[in-house]
Formats: sequence, structure tokens, C-alpha cells
Amino acid sequence: MDRTGKVPFQTLVIMDADVMEQHIRRMAQEIIEDNPEVGSLVILGILRRGRPLGERLAQHIGQMMGVTPQVGSLATTLYRDDYRSGMGVPKPHGNTHFDFSLDGRTVLLVDDVLAAGRTIRAAMDEVMDYGRPKRIQLACLVDRGGRELPIQPEYFGWSIGTEPNEWVSVRLTELDGEDVVLLERYAAEEGA
Amino acid sequence: MADLNPTVWTRKDLIGIEDLSREEIELVLDTAPQFVAVSKRESGIKKVPLLQGRLVVNWFHEPSTRTRTSFELAAKRLSADTLGITVAASSSVKGETLHDTLANIEAMHSDVIVIRHSCAGAPHILAANHDSHIINAGDGRHEHPTQALLDTFTMREHIRAQRNDPTAGLDGVKVAIIGDIEHSRVARSDIWALNKLGARVTLCGPSTLLPMHIERMGVRVTTNLKDAISDADVIYALRIQLERQQKGLFPSIREYIRLFRIDNDSLRNAPAHALIMHPGPINRDLELASEVADGPRSVILEQVSNGVAVRMAVMHLLVNFGGKRPQGVA
Repeated sequence: MDRTGKVPFQTLVIMDADVMEQHIRRMAQEIIEDNPEVGSLVILGILRRGRPLGERLAQHIGQMMGVTPQVGSLATTLYRDDYRSGMGVPKPHGNTHFDFSLDGRTVLLVDDVLAAGRTIRAAMDEVMDYGRPKRIQLACLVDRGGRELPIQPEYFGWSIGTEPNEWVSVRLTELDGEDVVLLERYAAEEGA
Repeated sequence: MADLNPTVWTRKDLIGIEDLSREEIELVLDTAPQFVAVSKRESGIKKVPLLQGRLVVNWFHEPSTRTRTSFELAAKRLSADTLGITVAASSSVKGETLHDTLANIEAMHSDVIVIRHSCAGAPHILAANHDSHIINAGDGRHEHPTQALLDTFTMREHIRAQRNDPTAGLDGVKVAIIGDIEHSRVARSDIWALNKLGARVTLCGPSTLLPMHIERMGVRVTTNLKDAISDADVIYALRIQLERQQKGLFPSIREYIRLFRIDNDSLRNAPAHALIMHPGPINRDLELASEVADGPRSVILEQVSNGVAVRMAVMHLLVNFGGKRPQGVA
């Protein structure tokens, strides 16, 4: 959905700061259970909001295990397959950047919202251009459904089915000054 | 998907800077840094799949090394297939028209045609009549739009670094363009781009190489080098096109050097932070002294590196976001 310049007619809070923190801590625990050898785990946050989320997960893991996984950024914009004539150009929020090897490691991809799965497909292709991980896992704060590809997260905070006119907006202190997840409802698009 | 840029790219072709809005120019400049990063990758493949399986044809009717290789590399780093047509070996020497040659290339399903031609307007006419995305790589004395985009991108990156402001633009930045303005499509495209981006342009050269009424483009004109560069943030030396000097447009090379060459001596009149730029190829020690071309203020090789990234951005925008040729009535 292209929300450029549109204002939602209804906004619901579906996750406040405390609940978000609980979800992130629980996800960190689940990640540790799956990856007891934290030293071979690296985290790539998908820009923009996957990066701070990845850092928070790494911090929790560090507190629990005494070893903090390295965190990098993944842009994914150069690997997407859903650009088309007439659509808006996504704003770049920085470049892919990490200074560690992916070879033989478990790469944990982190994003704020999972929907169609196309970003994750792009992220996996990008990761493959940088090395050969032992495996790739996925953590996302909100799974809003609407998958177009066979992709499922190993770790997620909250799952919510959404309608085409609904948008899940994750706001994080590091970038937006507050921790909250909103469900925004927009007027149905003309002709939709 | 992430936030979208409010400027929508609708163009099928890139013919000139004159047609572009400030917002469109900025969209290209904002799209380029991610491609700079692709070329600089230390680990990993220096390629992205944005034009995978597309065919980019480089069709150059004039000599070019830098621009042609830059476009070819840009296409390859986007994973496109590339084809180069050199005119000496093509059927245009046998009398085939531009339209017929292009129709034949298109019959092989080309997606992007990069064309350089000595006739101003040739890319425009082809763009209106063919489905491929046409990129003007220089047409006569008219325009060289990707050069202006890479020049303004390079200037903006340095202004941002100098001012420690990652969002700074070129508003109020003073650019002095020195040399043969008359024969320079680079100068024309740069003037259009710099004016639209809010920079203040001064042109300087022998009066015979300054086009009549050029000040109507909204630029300051002087024949005094000291006056031109005394407050410049950027000094842009143009190539003296020796092949055109048979016309006697200035008395002698020696006089040009004395009055207009950018060297350590003339730079004493310029601010210490001024960047030195040149579109290449340089006539060493004619318009630009070696000590300056190779000196610490020179960003000439950065222009070349940035050229690949900016051309990647242009092809990405045209192919993945750009419009199609209207069907039906021409």
C-alpha cells in the first residue's frame, strides 16, 4: 500500500513500550535456546528499524550469555523484485554495512514487520552475495500476515492478521522517540 | 515497503538536465550513494541484480573512453548484458539512418540505449520514436546530463563532508567554470543542474569562448580569472578542445595558459577549501597544471568513481521506475 501523503482515519495501539520490551526479551531467550553457541551467531538488522531491534536483541543475549553477537545492517533495496513503473522510489536509509564474515555462521535477520516476505527474500539474496552462512534465521517484531512467498519467521513478537487498508507501524525510541506499535486504518483505495 | 520518496520518477529517458526538475535531480543524487557502496564492497560480489537479464547497448558516434567504459561498468554492476556498437565498424558508414539502426537493435530486444552523437537533438528524436530507454551520453554542444549529475553529486558529497552536515545541498555554493564554454556540452548541463540546485555559477574564459548572451542562463560572466575564483567553493576547469583551435579563437596556447590556467600560482587567489574538478580528459599543463590535477584539492578521480554510481542510479530509475512510450499517436 502506498501511504504517501495519506492520513489514517483510525489508529490503534497494539503494543506499548512494556509489552514490546517483554516480546524482545522472550525472543532473545528463544534465540539462545536455538543457538547455544552464541559465538557463531551474527545479527543483520534490515534497515531501517530492523537495525535497532537487532541491537536490542544482541544486548539481551549479551546480558543472558555474557557474549554479545555482532550486529550489522542490511539495506535490501538493491535486491528487491517489486519495483514497477510509476511507483514511488523507496528512500534509502543507509547502506548495507557489517565488518564480520558470514561464512559458516548463523545469520539472524531482524526486521520490524513481516508481511509479503519479499524483503526477506531480497535480504537472503543479498546475504548470499557476501558469503555462505551455515544457516539463516528470521526474527520480526510483528507478523502481519499476507505472505506472497513461502517464508516463516523462527522468532516473532506478535502475530496479527491485517486487511489491505491496514498498516502496522512500528515506532522505536532510537529513531522515532517512542516505543509503540500502531495499527493504522486508511480509507480503502479507489478501485480496490 | 519502506518510506517512499515524495518525488515519483516517471521519465522513460534521460535526454537533458534542462527538462528535469530540482526534485528529479535530487532523486538521482539521493539514489546514487548505495551504488557507490556496491563498487566499494571489500567482501562480497561487486554487483547487484537490479537490471538482471536486461540489455544495455552503448552506441557511440564520437570517440569516448571514460563515458563509454563508465556506462558499460555501470550496466555490468547492475547485472545487465551489455553490447557496444562502434560507429566505424557499424552500418551507419554504409548509409543506414539512425532510426533504422535503432529499429534493428530494438528487434534484438534492447532495454536501454546509451547514445553519444555529434548532432544536438539526436537522442531526443530517437527517444520519442522508440520504446527503449534512451540515455544521452553527449549530443553535440547541447547536453551531457550524466556528467552534470556526477559533477553535482561529487560537489554535494564534499560540501556535506566540509560542513559536517549530511543533508546539505548546493544552495549558495559558488562554482567557477573556467575555459571553453562555447564548445562545451558539459558546461551547459552543469549550468542547468547547478542553477536548479541553487548554486551560484560564474563562467570565465577568453571572450571568444564565452557564448553570446550566456548570462541569460542566470550566470555571472567574467574574463578575469582572479575575479572568477576569489570566492569559489568549486573550480571547474574545462578541457581546451585543441582540435577546434584551428579557428583561432584565442591568440595562442601560451596566452591561454598565462591568463586562464589553474595552477598553484593562480590558486593563490582562491579560498583554501576550493575543490578542483575537471570532466577529463585533461590537457596536462594547459588548462590545468599537473601540480593541481594531482594535488590534494583535486577530486577528479572521485568524479570518475562517482560517475559509475550515478549512471547506475540513472539506469535503475529509468528501467525499474520509469514510464513507457505512449502508444498510438506519435
